[in-house]
Amino acid sequence: MPDSSRSQRLRKLVQEIAGKPAPEDDQESLFESGLLDSFALPDLVSAIEKEFSVKVPDSDLNPRKFDSIARMDAYLADHISK
Amino acid sequence: MTAYLNGFGAYLPERVVANAELAERVGKTSEWIESVSGIQERRWARPEETVANMGVAAAEDCLRRAGIGANTLGMLIVSSGSGSRGFPGPAAEVAARLGLDSTPAIDLPIASAGSLFGLALAMGLAETQGDILVVAAEKMSALIENDPNTAILFGDGAGAGLVSARPGRWRMLDAVLHTDGQSREALAFDGTGSLKMNGLTVILQAARKIPSSITEVLARQNISAQQVTAFLLHQANLNLVTRVAKSLEVAPEKMFTNVQRYGNTSSASMLIAASEWAETNPGPGPIVFSAFGAGFHWGAIVADSTA
Repeated sequence: MPDSSRSQRLRKLVQEIAGKPAPEDDQESLFESGLLDSFALPDLVSAIEKEFSVKVPDSDLNPRKFDSIARMDAYLADHISK
Repeated sequence: MTAYLNGFGAYLPERVVANAELAERVGKTSEWIESVSGIQERRWARPEETVANMGVAAAEDCLRRAGIGANTLGMLIVSSGSGSRGFPGPAAEVAARLGLDSTPAIDLPIASAGSLFGLALAMGLAETQGDILVVAAEKMSALIENDPNTAILFGDGAGAGLVSARPGRWRMLDAVLHTDGQSREALAFDGTGSLKMNGLTVILQAARKIPSSITEVLARQNISAQQVTAFLLHQANLNLVTRVAKSLEVAPEKMFTNVQRYGNTSSASMLIAASEWAETNPGPGPIVFSAFGAGFHWGAIVADSTA
């Protein structure tokens, strides 16, 4: 389930890493839009792990899981609740 | 199990392909190519130059530097993901051209991590096989077309390393090797056309797996990353190498790099880097090799100077 507080925290992380505002649309691809490049992705995953105190296992290191604010939120909803 | 690294060698084709030559072909600028890869130029082999040709040249350079003849070798391991045919692989031709007619010669067709796997296998076999020459040769220019995500990255070349049970310059202490085939389609060459790469997946996995394998092998030997004199990594991309240094919390200067001049020469790159690094008369202390590539295959080796 989407969590507006979590989305805001994700939005802030994306902005810090990209150095630009995160897209208003949570569904927008961060990579296809050019906001993040391939080398920002490892930083984003590390930042998510730190911010939300979760460990993203290697088997979950799939770019599609982190392609948008909405997908990151869904991933965290699934893993934080477990 | 005692094994030593007794020398390195390399061969680079003469033709230099600067970013400017590629920029128009892939619809990008020279500056963009350098910013996303750190690469300024790479070498491309002539049409008639083969993986085996380049492998023999690197092997001969290594043997000359080590001061031994090919006839003393107990085994030859040849890594290449860009050989010109399915079988026999280039190991048989390299062996024949070195004058070997009964010495076992093994192919490792696993691309980028091939030379790392070759060194690790040689480390385990040196006591029974004697001197083992590990050669990695790649003609990556034959595997790329006009996709800007891959055409800008790759270069051609060959490297070699001599592993033996005889005491040498560096004692090999430990090795860790890993394979996870779940992402095998993320970086692959099907034999025709150009290689396929999902850059996001490759970088995301490599940025974690390279530091973790280095940390794993160093922990087993009670060596900290900060104690390491030099890191000799697969030269995939300068931005990735820099990121590995950051993850390990070591100075970027400890990462020997030549990807700026040669591009990504797949499995050859780590041994070409080792060969150039060894020429700088490096000081004492532990050294680390690490690579990650198609498969995914990855790992790390730690060695220590004996001088």
